[in-house]
Amino acid sequence: MIIGATVTTSAVVLVGAVFLACAVEMVEALTIVLAVGHTRGWRSAFEGTGVALVALAALVAVLGPALVHAPLSVLRLVVGGVLLIFGTQWLRKAILRASGLKALHDEDEIYRETVAELEAVATRPDRDRIAFAMAFKGVFLEGLEVVIAVLTLGTSAHRLGLAAATAGVAIVAVGIVGVIVAKQLSSVPENLMKMGVGVMLVSFGTFWTGEGLKVSWPGSDAFILFFVVFYALVCVALISTTRASSSASLSVAP
Amino acid sequence: MMTWLGRVVKGFGRFWWDFLVGDTPEIFVAIVLTIGLIALVSDAAGWHRAGVVLLPLLATTTLVVSVKRAQRAKR
Repeated sequence: MIIGATVTTSAVVLVGAVFLACAVEMVEALTIVLAVGHTRGWRSAFEGTGVALVALAALVAVLGPALVHAPLSVLRLVVGGVLLIFGTQWLRKAILRASGLKALHDEDEIYRETVAELEAVATRPDRDRIAFAMAFKGVFLEGLEVVIAVLTLGTSAHRLGLAAATAGVAIVAVGIVGVIVAKQLSSVPENLMKMGVGVMLVSFGTFWTGEGLKVSWPGSDAFILFFVVFYALVCVALISTTRASSSASLSVAP
Repeated sequence: MMTWLGRVVKGFGRFWWDFLVGDTPEIFVAIVLTIGLIALVSDAAGWHRAGVVLLPLLATTTLVVSVKRAQRAKR
């Protein structure tokens, strides 16, 4: 009973982390593809997206089996370290944005910038290489982060299938919603989602790094939930102190 | 002239450099040092419970230092 509850807890946290990470990256990729499609036509946008998805699938096909067969303790240490670094970078950016020290990620602004960049190129040959390259780059780079999140979280937890299925659901869900709402992707609370992803990445990173270093966590897998709560509270405290000290220095400045 | 393989290796190295180090080298260095320290304390000193406290504590310190560093840079 206790084992069943523990498995369910870690699976739920894994699904949440993968879903949020994929949804955030999908919003960014979709913004670029929509901008390319509306400005230069859908053919090149779809072609660029398709080739990027094939390249990402090839990457998963090569890296996935290799990671699954790696020694578990080494895999968990390396993956844990990568997740800790990656998650801390995400949290840092999200905290700086929430504190007003960094501009919020504005999908409308990205859409406008992409459209302006594409419209500046006058020539539109039959095969639009620029539109293709823009869609490919957007989908491939954002997709690469999804691949890393799915492979690292999935293989460490020995639930690669569950992680991949969750990523698929997140991508399809955001895709459908994105197509319906089209240009209103800016209404997605992206910074809050990024903060959530960052908290989960750092939580998993701490847990797997510890497992790789043979640290015995109290309560085993269930301790991940403690980390989620702990790091969320750290973020709230850090945002509050950063905001307070920023506004104090502004009021002192002449 | 750089070969195709050379370009691929260079691109691969650049991707991981940007991904792990990027504009926050302090995070990369601190996490690597944290892992090294806990490995040393756990294996060499045989203090396996140390990581339970040290790991989240040092990860949190890394985040706090990096955010404060960015805040100072903005002033």
